[in-house]
Amino acid sequence: MPELTLVEAVRQALEYAMLEDDNVIVFGEDVGINGGVFRATDGLVQRFGSSRVRDTPLSETLIAGMAVGAAVEGMRPVAEIQFMGFLYPAIDQLVNHASRMRTRTRGRLTCPMVLRVPFGGGIHAPEHHSESAEAMLTHIPGLRVVIPSSPARAYGLLLAAIRSPDPVVFLEPKRLYRIEREPVDSGGEALPLDTAFRLNEGDHVSIISWGAMIHECSQAVSLLSEQGVSVDLIDLATLSPLDEETVLESVRKTGRCLIVHEAARTAGFGAEIAARVAEKELLSLLAPIRRVTGYDTVMPLPKLEHQFMPTTEKIVQAALESMEYA
Amino acid sequence: MVTVQDIPFVQFLDRTGSPVGSLPSFAKDSRNLIPFYKAMVRTRVFDEKVVALQRTGRMGTYASSLGQEAVSIGIASAMAEEDVFLPSFREQGGQLWRGVSMVEILQFWGGDERGSDFKGPAKDFPVCIPVASQFPHAAGVGLAMRLRSEHRVAVVVGGDGSTSKGDFYEALNVSALWSLPVVFVVTNNQWAISVPRNEQTAADTLAHKAISAGMPGEQVDGNDVIAVHECVGRARKRALGGEGPTLIEAVTYRLSDHTTADDASRYREDTEVTENWKHEPNERLRTYLAATGVWTKEDEEQLLKDCRTAVDDAAQTYLALEPELPRAMFDYLFERRPAELDEQYTNIVSARSAEHA
Repeated sequence: MPELTLVEAVRQALEYAMLEDDNVIVFGEDVGINGGVFRATDGLVQRFGSSRVRDTPLSETLIAGMAVGAAVEGMRPVAEIQFMGFLYPAIDQLVNHASRMRTRTRGRLTCPMVLRVPFGGGIHAPEHHSESAEAMLTHIPGLRVVIPSSPARAYGLLLAAIRSPDPVVFLEPKRLYRIEREPVDSGGEALPLDTAFRLNEGDHVSIISWGAMIHECSQAVSLLSEQGVSVDLIDLATLSPLDEETVLESVRKTGRCLIVHEAARTAGFGAEIAARVAEKELLSLLAPIRRVTGYDTVMPLPKLEHQFMPTTEKIVQAALESMEYA
Repeated sequence: MVTVQDIPFVQFLDRTGSPVGSLPSFAKDSRNLIPFYKAMVRTRVFDEKVVALQRTGRMGTYASSLGQEAVSIGIASAMAEEDVFLPSFREQGGQLWRGVSMVEILQFWGGDERGSDFKGPAKDFPVCIPVASQFPHAAGVGLAMRLRSEHRVAVVVGGDGSTSKGDFYEALNVSALWSLPVVFVVTNNQWAISVPRNEQTAADTLAHKAISAGMPGEQVDGNDVIAVHECVGRARKRALGGEGPTLIEAVTYRLSDHTTADDASRYREDTEVTENWKHEPNERLRTYLAATGVWTKEDEEQLLKDCRTAVDDAAQTYLALEPELPRAMFDYLFERRPAELDEQYTNIVSARSAEHA
């Protein structure tokens, strides 16, 4: 089995999907000869030609709207928005069209499109390149929001997203693009959407996270284990629709709930997790629900971004504080 | 000094209904124009009825197409069945021509999503309310047609107001760049709600906006159905021939309020409206049909009677429809309802049962 980075796994999934289905097309800014600014589409134009792998003009509203039109007409567009900071002109199309096409036509028209968007901080990128706005997307009914946190999950979840009959925003944590390699079975197996992944089995505290923060959470799991604290680590992977049961089941078992995300705290997706745990498992809790998140500030430029982002130490600290409750 | 190419203005029937020069071949026998006229009258009678339903509390907010019938019928009549129509929210004439039923249109504007589940033109897009957001869809539809080497085109319609938006330009730009089989029509009815055409843009014509995208642009007399049909037909042929998109500005006038929620007397003079009634499209075509001896007073009376019967029947059917069950909110959200929504779904289903217990 080849060892791949996350970005290579994305590329492999795209290649597999294009081989398997002629209706799969890729377009976006610089996705052709340049192979994408992160090389996620490297070599695809050489392999599949410039009809199916298209450099678009620099126009995000168009990219999203054209994906809607092509998807409704039966294609399987996988469009790229280069950075999440440039997603906002496309939001109109996601809110007003992609997410509601099936509902508003009572199933007559559907919108099986994928919008791939690199997101998150930590790579010393310029202003507007580092935000994590996933919570905003989860507030759009009818839209699937998927975030992989490892090469294997990137491969399997992207294939699932492309094969899904529903519109998907696929957020790629760019800090993880090349941070590790792992063996990836690139034989076309998809992973389930709507299913959270338990990355570590433990009894003392549940850590609920997604995206790049899974990296820090995994480090925290090892450090906490050395101190005798066993962690149930859940990677949500699909934020919307949420696999609520896996979260609740974990909290029922551990009685402690720690939510970790890179995005700002207020109205972040952690607030939704906290609310559901409070509504449904309050009586299982041994300690207050805790959130370790970015600050409620504007995402700083690279000189301060590491001050903004949650660290392994903060996660360990919060878990230990939870353990102080009996 | 900056010079721009001249934008042609296409007209075959002048404001008095007299032919200007030689008519296109389809119009040479004026009997061929009768279906257009019938559809234009049907659209007007339908609009009148929907507004009346709204005024009596039996319809939601509605955008009448009064005065713009020739644009919508001219467009739709130039399309083939297998083409895709992407309308704005004032193109019910064209929708009716393409086989969307009156009941469906009444349902949509009456607040029932089933109205966009067309039994007729299965690939046509539903009405688009967020202005100009339909233009990128047309590029996507055109791209799909191109990739599959199909002999079809996408025809997308927006108003004068939509040409001020970025999505309009972005869609024009890529469609011309990739020679996509798309026909762009701008129904210039002179008013974006309360903002007149001359306060929307400094461009001489809206068709000029085609130049920056590198595609042909032309103006057509939007109150002359022959001209609209001819221009859209030619643009369609260009698109099918791989020559790319065309921008057509159909110059017309909105004789109605913007919608039933609007009061146009707040921002425009009655004299302007009265003046524009003098060259509205239906009378113009009727004058020509009568002058060429193919349309009589009796024909007119019979047509009005038939239209009123059809419209009244549709209204009765619409008014008798039961609302959907509330579960429909969940049934079409995703292909399959996610487990996460089971509780909310059960909630609405059981509330409904309690209501009827």
